[in-house]
Amino acid sequence: MSEPDAVAGVLLVGITFYAVFGGADFGAGFWSLFAGRGERAERRRQLVDWAIGPVWEANHVWLIFVLVVLWTAFSVAFGSLFSTLFIPLTLAALGIVLRGAGFAFHRLAPGPRERSVARALFGIASFPTPFFMGTVVGAVASERVPIGNAAGDAVTSWLNPVSLLTGALFVATGIYLAAVFLVSDSRRAGDPELERDFSRRAIGAGLVAGALALVGIFVFRADARYVFDGLVGEALPLVILSAVCGLGALVLLHRDARRGARELAVGAVVSVIWAWGVAQFPYLLPQVLTIEKAAGAQNTLTEVLVVFAVAVLLVLPSLAFLYTLSQRGMLEEEDEAPPPTGA
Amino acid sequence: MIDPTLIPIAASDLVAARSQMAFTLGFHIILASLGVGFPAVILIANYIGLRRNDDVALGLAERWSKVAAITFAVGAVTGTVLSFEFGLLWPEFTARYGDVFGVLFAIEGIFFFLEAIFITIYIFGWKRLSGWAHFWTGVPVVICGIGGAFSVVAVNSWMNQPQGYELGPDGTATNVDISQVIFNEAVPYQVPHMILAAYLVTCFLVASVYAVGMLRGRRDRHHRIGLLIPLTVGCILAPIQFAVGDTAARQIASDQPIKFASMECVRETSTDVTEYIFGRCTDEGVKGGIAIPGFDSFLVGFSTDTEVIGYDTVPQEDQPRNKTLLHWAFDSMVGVGSALIALGIWFGFVWWRRRDIPKTKWFLRAVSVSGIATIVALESGWIVTEVGRQPWIVYEEFRVEDAVTDAGGIWYTFIGAVLLYTLLGIAAIVVLRSMARRWREADSAEGRELEVPYGPVEKPPAIGGTRG
Ligand code: HDD
Ligand code: HEM
Ligand code: HEM
Repeated sequence: MSEPDAVAGVLLVGITFYAVFGGADFGAGFWSLFAGRGERAERRRQLVDWAIGPVWEANHVWLIFVLVVLWTAFSVAFGSLFSTLFIPLTLAALGIVLRGAGFAFHRLAPGPRERSVARALFGIASFPTPFFMGTVVGAVASERVPIGNAAGDAVTSWLNPVSLLTGALFVATGIYLAAVFLVSDSRRAGDPELERDFSRRAIGAGLVAGALALVGIFVFRADARYVFDGLVGEALPLVILSAVCGLGALVLLHRDARRGARELAVGAVVSVIWAWGVAQFPYLLPQVLTIEKAAGAQNTLTEVLVVFAVAVLLVLPSLAFLYTLSQRGMLEEEDEAPPPTGA
Repeated sequence: MIDPTLIPIAASDLVAARSQMAFTLGFHIILASLGVGFPAVILIANYIGLRRNDDVALGLAERWSKVAAITFAVGAVTGTVLSFEFGLLWPEFTARYGDVFGVLFAIEGIFFFLEAIFITIYIFGWKRLSGWAHFWTGVPVVICGIGGAFSVVAVNSWMNQPQGYELGPDGTATNVDISQVIFNEAVPYQVPHMILAAYLVTCFLVASVYAVGMLRGRRDRHHRIGLLIPLTVGCILAPIQFAVGDTAARQIASDQPIKFASMECVRETSTDVTEYIFGRCTDEGVKGGIAIPGFDSFLVGFSTDTEVIGYDTVPQEDQPRNKTLLHWAFDSMVGVGSALIALGIWFGFVWWRRRDIPKTKWFLRAVSVSGIATIVALESGWIVTEVGRQPWIVYEEFRVEDAVTDAGGIWYTFIGAVLLYTLLGIAAIVVLRSMARRWREADSAEGRELEVPYGPVEKPPAIGGTRG
């Protein structure tokens, strides 16, 4: 494997983490917004807060990581993407600001009315970021981003069937992942009722996401031929793996099985992302720019890999520490009952 | 004469892009300064609290850490916007030099990651960890703040003193030597100056909050310590900042002479140059202001015989346009820096004589405005750096107008950013004030339970009793 390929792999790792953890964070916003009414709804919302409170910011740093690796190692591609896709990327950033503000303020705002406004903002603003990020991926996959400063079409580059479908798929996947995660969180919270609630919701969201993926096959075939050929070509095993994981997760959820659903759901998402990576290899921008050509100065690539290695050594243990503390219920109020054991 | 590029209707999107960059950076830098400085101030209070078994100091540290959680969260979203803007506004800059300065941002990313993780652990640790163990989980936050500031400001220093790469025939950079990029010639003064500025902003801002409280008659021990800790640290750092800034100015006179000439309004190269305090820069020389003959030369080379290079040594299109703005920004920064030192001397003298804060209300009034004044200095300093580098985005090598995006509609995003950030700022202030009010009302009892973004969250109540 060449050095540029290795860096592209690092980039894909970052994208994967962001899609899984960041995506689930965004999806949690959906479940907070559509929690329903009454006392049950309040408990659902509290569960969402409790689950993402400690990790929401760390999850978010993956996006920064992706942006930085992209502009450092593949500068020209970064400039082309951000100038042509100015509109969706601006809207994605807007979503990040609104959602972050809503989440940061929603438990602290002075009165109950302000609090519910902030919470609604958090929920609503959870849509634009994954959706517009999806349209960006769609623009890349359908070869609508030429090299150069705003060289592509400012509107049709992201307002096309492939982009819209990918955007919808991103939103649905996040919602699905969030629901699956919330099933385990309800179990940790010792609340079987919520657990059943979210199982049902996860199945629904999984079916929607699966249906979108099926439609996607046809849309990609019509308008993103290179990636489509890759997906049914060398990436086919990963696509099949993704489908199997997705179905498996649905079956487990349906059977109220205690373990495994979360891992399978994550597996389904991860394998489809890697399938996309394999499908468009050796291109960074399909048929426009190869990874090899896009790569910047050679020592810089080496340094990116070194920094990545350091990050893995330093950040992953800290992150694991944080997730463990949070999963073990160490981030709760002292006077709360200890988390249930044996779950 | 009015600069035509400053009139929106006639101007290209370049002006919009620069305004948006300046505005969003100017907003972020206030929160970033708190992100860098606050953890250290909190740990000092935490240390004093543990050492002397002082519950008031510990209580302050705990509350401050919850305030920091808010500013940190807003700092993170505004910082994310900046990362987008590198592509949204300056795609040609990033496309050309991304592989030169990018690694610094990658290093910054590690620091932010660790910072975000440990601040979470520190904030929830108030309940769960024992005193000193908890204290130590805060130390990485301080280190990461300094490390993050170093990485970002080193990029800016590199834009001022580009080095450590070669330009290929097609204009892309090759042969990047990362250590030359990281430790470029502007780093030795710019980085310490910025980190000190971050600490000063934090210290005087926190002190000013308690000074206002004392002026309103709240003179308990809580307010006294809340004032004393940050004020002492700030007053010790202010003279150091002056020395670093003075070194920076001399360095700029030799490395970026046109920037220096513009901020001091020196048109023609000569010796025995007059220093003007404020006044308008015009082509016929400085109008108004206070003149000190020969002093500018003296500041540059410790002798009135020192030659100072004038800005008309380069053609007009290579000079910064807004010289009066630069000049005023520089003088405001130095003015605030000197005033902070004076405040420190006053405080130190009275403390030395009476072991107490000066009794007069004027002292508290002075401390009350010091926080805002320090922010004015912070923003002024960045105006000197950024506007003074114009028209270059990479000094003497790449011009801003070549870096800007060709995408349209930047005026809309700029206006949107101003509206959005105004609301964000108001919301943050409203939330912080209501936290302070709730703390005062329920002193410690309920106040400690405020749920901050990184803090512990109450578990949802289980219904049906079937736990586990
Ligand atoms: C708390 C804020 C503060 C205070 C009290 C001062 N400064 Fe400052 N100054 C900054 C905050 C700042 C800054 C905002 O942080 C800058 C912008 C870029 C940088 O690295 O620091 C800066 C930049 C800056 C520059 C331009 C550097 C460049 O263009 O690369 C000079 C020449 C000085 N300062 C000089 C001084 C002097 C002589 C001071 C005397 C007291 C002083 N500063 C006080
Ligand atoms: C954080 C505090 C900072 C502030 C307040 C600030 C302020 C400004 C201002 C006022 C401008 C507009 C200049 C003009 O009017 O022409 C500007 C432009 C810019 N700054 Fe900074 N700056 C800061 C830090 C940085 C840093 C750390 C970097 C880089 C790493 C940076 C990169 C840029 C770029 C790329 C531009 C656009 C090009 C230009 O106009 O020079 N800035 N900034
Ligand atoms: C062009 C300039 C800048 C860019 C692109 C930038 C980028 C960022 C990003 C992406 C974040 C969010 C990280 C997270 O999610 O935790 C952030 C936060 C932060 N930035 Fe900036 N930044 C810039 C200027 C500065 C400067 C000049 C400083 C410092 C001195 C600074 C200090 C910080 C700090 C300390 C944080 C953590 C959040 C906080 O404590 O408020 N940044 N910045």
